[in-house]
Amino acid sequence: MSQLSGLEIRGLRVSFDGFTAVDGVDLDVAPGDLRFLIGPNGAGKTTLVDAVTGLVKAQGSVLFGGAELLGRSVHRIARSGIGRTFQTATVFEGLTVLQNLDIAAGAGRGMLTMLRRRKGVPEPVARALETVGLTDLAHSPAGTLAHGQKQWLEIGMLLVQDVRLLLLDEPVAGMSHDERQATGELLEHISEERTVVVIEHDMDFMRSFARSVSVLHAGRVLSEGTVAEVQADPRVQEVYLGHAAAGDAALGSAGPTLPDEPEPSGGTASGRTGAAVQEV
Amino acid sequence: MTLFKGAPAAPAGKSPSVLAGRPARAWAGFAAAAVALFALAPLALSDFRLGLLAKYLCTAMVAVGICLAWGRGGLLTLGQGVFFGLGGYAMAMHLKIADAGPGNLPDFMQLYGTASELPWWWRPFGNPLVALAATVLLPMAVAAVLGSFIFRRRVKGAYFAILSQALAAAFAIWLIGQQATTGGTNGLTDIQGFFGYDLDDPVNQRMVYFVIAAVLLLLIALVRQLIHSRYGELLVAVRDSEERVRFLGYDPANVKLVAYVVAAGTAGLAGALFVPAVGIISPAMIGIVPSIEFVIGAAVGGRASLAGAVLGAIGVAWAKTALSEEFPAAWTYFQGLLFIVALAFLPGGLVSLAGIVRRRRAAATALPSGGAA
Ligand SMILES: Nc1ncnc2c1ncn2[C@@H]1O[C@H](COP(=O)(O)OP(=O)(O)OP(=O)(O)O)[C@@H](O)[C@H]1O
Ligand SMILES: [Mg+2]
Repeated sequence: MSQLSGLEIRGLRVSFDGFTAVDGVDLDVAPGDLRFLIGPNGAGKTTLVDAVTGLVKAQGSVLFGGAELLGRSVHRIARSGIGRTFQTATVFEGLTVLQNLDIAAGAGRGMLTMLRRRKGVPEPVARALETVGLTDLAHSPAGTLAHGQKQWLEIGMLLVQDVRLLLLDEPVAGMSHDERQATGELLEHISEERTVVVIEHDMDFMRSFARSVSVLHAGRVLSEGTVAEVQADPRVQEVYLGHAAAGDAALGSAGPTLPDEPEPSGGTASGRTGAAVQEV
Repeated sequence: MTLFKGAPAAPAGKSPSVLAGRPARAWAGFAAAAVALFALAPLALSDFRLGLLAKYLCTAMVAVGICLAWGRGGLLTLGQGVFFGLGGYAMAMHLKIADAGPGNLPDFMQLYGTASELPWWWRPFGNPLVALAATVLLPMAVAAVLGSFIFRRRVKGAYFAILSQALAAAFAIWLIGQQATTGGTNGLTDIQGFFGYDLDDPVNQRMVYFVIAAVLLLLIALVRQLIHSRYGELLVAVRDSEERVRFLGYDPANVKLVAYVVAAGTAGLAGALFVPAVGIISPAMIGIVPSIEFVIGAAVGGRASLAGAVLGAIGVAWAKTALSEEFPAAWTYFQGLLFIVALAFLPGGLVSLAGIVRRRRAAATALPSGGAA
């Protein structure tokens, strides 16, 4: 495994025809962090990831392991060790799980290897299959996988791609409680060797697994810190709940999808799921 | 280490990979094709019919490339006539120079009397090795230049198809305009010899047929290897989700370029071998209409499958001869209809019918017995 690298974003700005979706963001992600990026719909979370991965043009500076990323093409940024997933799982539906992973593992392959047939299962691919629990489905077309399995396949693809930074856009959306738990544990495991940034709306998931949190609102970083610090921040409560005073009343009920999740003590948790956030 | 102990087991356990080549079946198909081309056809067909088949096989060579570029790579190559023409003209220029004999101008140049000596760009084709290499390398080089321009600028889908068409049209128009050096609308006609062999001799015509059949099989084997290689898998990935491939660290432009260049090479070779088989190459054989016809065969047979594309190309070319003799006016419409029907209702082409029937039958037999596979 290559050494850990962190992300250093300064003054990042993305505009679409006059509308500024990311408005001067400064963000530091320490090497090996498991950072959650939260914020209401339209806060600019996905756009931020798009800017870092080269999909949209941006101003400012994004340093990864000390090297500037802005201005590089998408595939070069990917080759420098950054992988991402998308809000809607995108795998190669017509190819098998194994083929998906083998392609993800292969950006560095030479001409001759490319022109030859794949013989068997490469070791890193086998390990990734095992890790994301898709070994039995290796030969199924990716298009036939269940929703959650596609998201695991995407994570598996990032593992074989051997990226040092994973940017995951809502990786547990649509998953059952058990699947979320498993995914969270997987992310914890991954972040022992890599830096992980997760965009999520599910606050319970965030509380369980975040090592640090950044809250984005209207294209700016509203708050940053540990889960407890962010939850205690009145500005965050304001954004999520309209105003802080209403907060305590609303915080009594846990998110409907997670009935068996214990409420954290302190009662400042903004126990809200994606559906609730959308009301803001 | 497995984190997903309780990972739900989806039904499909060991269904074969969608792209896994079935070597046994492929070898059987290959052997059958060889027997048909080298034993059955020469025995069963008259010299005239065998000559027609040679022509169809050239169309099939173009289809082999289209199968790779379009079927696997999603590049709707509606301008293969350009590369077919480059290969064809390269070959025909050499044969015309050879027919004329040392020191003489090709007949049509003498006729127009405008050129007193061979134009400079004709001269390299006087050398047989240069001409032979050019039939393949020239189209590939042109495709490499065009392709890197087109794919880097992310020209895709219908725009790519229209651009390809425009190139084919422009090339044909340019050839027509250069009457004195290209033969204009007539093209390069009345080709007599093929590397010292008299093409009027039926024995030599048979030899040309055998060369064409052998080259076709070779191209099929080559492209099959490409399709089943890692590159072939990547090409399908680019077809299905170019953006995703980019995020994995590949440049999709390069991936598409390889398929485009290989397809140009097969079309060039097809054009080159078409010339001794038919004795002529002209702008009418490389413009918009023939370019579309190349694609129709592959579409009808099944563009993503080599067998489908090749058989489709041969079948449609044969149908064209048979039907356009009887109903010359109706053929064009029928062909257009065929294309639309294939694209709209049977995107996998005729070969996909076999799969559909097999699946239906499997489902029918599996149901009553409880679905044990
Ligand atoms: N290509 C685009 N053109 C114009 N506006 C865009 C574009 N992409 C995003 N936006 C706008 O930028 C803002 C930020 O969008 P973004 O997708 O980054 O939000 P998000 O935080 O990811 O939201 P969500 O939680 O709903 O995914 C939104 O107002 C969105 O409408
Ligand atoms: Mg988003």
